[in-house]
Amino acid sequence: MPIIEVKQLSYIYGLGTPFEKTAVNHIDLSIEKGEFIGVIGHTGSGKSTLVQMLNGLLRPTSGQVLLHGRDIWKEPKKIRDVRFQVGMVFQYPEHQLFEETVARDIAFGPKNMGLGEEEVKQRVESAAAFAGLKKELLDKSPFELSGGEKRRVAIAGVIAMDPDVLILDEPTAGLDPRGRDVLLSQIMNYHKQRKNTVLLVSHSMEDIARIADRVLVMNDAQVSMMEPTHAVFARGRELQEMGLRVPQITEIMQRLQEKGFPVASGVLTVEQGLRELMKLMGKEEGNRG
Amino acid sequence: MVRDIALGQYFPGRSVLHRMDARVKIVLLLLYIVLIFVGANFAALLLTTASVLFIMGISGVPVKMYLKSLKMILFIVLFTSLLNLFYGQGEPLVTLFGFMNITQAGINNCIFVAVRIATLILASSVLTFTTSPTDLTDALERLMKPLTIFHIKVHEIAMMMTIALRFVPTLLEETDKIMSAQKARGADMESGGLMQRVKALLPILIPLFVSSFRRAGDLAMAMECRCYRGGEGRTRMSSMHMGTLDAWVIGFSALILAGVIVCNLLLPATIR
Repeated sequence: MPIIEVKQLSYIYGLGTPFEKTAVNHIDLSIEKGEFIGVIGHTGSGKSTLVQMLNGLLRPTSGQVLLHGRDIWKEPKKIRDVRFQVGMVFQYPEHQLFEETVARDIAFGPKNMGLGEEEVKQRVESAAAFAGLKKELLDKSPFELSGGEKRRVAIAGVIAMDPDVLILDEPTAGLDPRGRDVLLSQIMNYHKQRKNTVLLVSHSMEDIARIADRVLVMNDAQVSMMEPTHAVFARGRELQEMGLRVPQITEIMQRLQEKGFPVASGVLTVEQGLRELMKLMGKEEGNRG
Repeated sequence: MVRDIALGQYFPGRSVLHRMDARVKIVLLLLYIVLIFVGANFAALLLTTASVLFIMGISGVPVKMYLKSLKMILFIVLFTSLLNLFYGQGEPLVTLFGFMNITQAGINNCIFVAVRIATLILASSVLTFTTSPTDLTDALERLMKPLTIFHIKVHEIAMMMTIALRFVPTLLEETDKIMSAQKARGADMESGGLMQRVKALLPILIPLFVSSFRRAGDLAMAMECRCYRGGEGRTRMSSMHMGTLDAWVIGFSALILAGVIVCNLLLPATIR
């Protein structure tokens, strides 16, 4: 059974006003447990609206979201439980910090779940470790930290709820290259160890190519692709027409292929590309020699 | 939810009122408010009410918007007019519970108060619906210019108002975002007693404060980078002009003024 299933899901902003706008239009989806899904789409394609419906922050105009096979809006009073199971990290999550100390801010979610003090403490520590926060930071005020550290505190605050599904909306936006790499590998580690489902919304094709199993492409309020990562990025032309692109290395290899060089298709990372190029150059030299 | 605030919302359009000089509109609004409260008999009341309704008609703003702003003060209108109902002097027509007297004067008071407050709100709504906030503060700044001789910093006050108005939608959006983020962490804002609810607001208010300070800092920096240093010697890109249109509206208002004076002089006053 898929962990999340979406049936004919629609969302219309400002229903009944002149400013009516369909953000999500009759979408069907299904996500298996343990998958790492990359979500891409141009600005305003409806991806943020979609992910906010997955954890019940927005109530669909029509259609259903099934979590573990159950409609999340069947009992609207229990929607909070859904939010604990589907953790959501918003864009610029550091703007939501409010507590006096880092530890207390991370504990906000677990405390709302009604966990005991010991359990909360444990969760805070393990979440902080996953997010790469040093122990001595836990007693500081979150407002004293650097931008990257604040972001990691906010992400730890969601991880601490130990959700079955973790949704991250552009977690690396505004970080420097090193910060992004560190954060991404932490997310990857977390995914590998906890074996939970992750949805990563990102504008960085390189990031998505590196870590996603499957990619969901949103275009004009609809799902235009939902395929394994290499299959999606093999369709570079179509992506370009939607205002997206493929990772640079993928594009280089595709162009080489078009020029008649015998390189493998579906190259997603620089390491893979390097291997292919070495093979190619080795062969050429062999031919010459 | 937080977006349903009607009072002070600009409704873009091309009506006569939209094209008028904002300064004229403010002065005329003040005149109307005076007229509404000076008119002392039903004829005068009818005249001012009819003219306000006429102005609302030509403003091109949907009636629904006006009703929305009336709804907000419905309670005040009902409460004050009900109080007035029992405070009339003279021969009681009906006596309730042995001590609450309803007199003819009381009924008159009741009607006058209700109509006056309602027309007052409607007339001010016409101004805010047909004038963009920037025009409004610009006009206020110019109208208050004479106050500079009393060392009142008119420009600074107007600038603060402009900035405050500009950031209302931004802050609303920010509030929505923070609320979603805290709800995603299980914040519960809908249940519990008063103290619990106030406490539940902290996770929203603190981030909102922090971000407001950050925005204020950014804005101050951006303004300084463009050499903003107060109102002294500052010129404007667009200046306001009074045209024939404004002259016509002023003329119309003068007629209403004359009408109310005539009504008051010729007919006996209904209320003191």
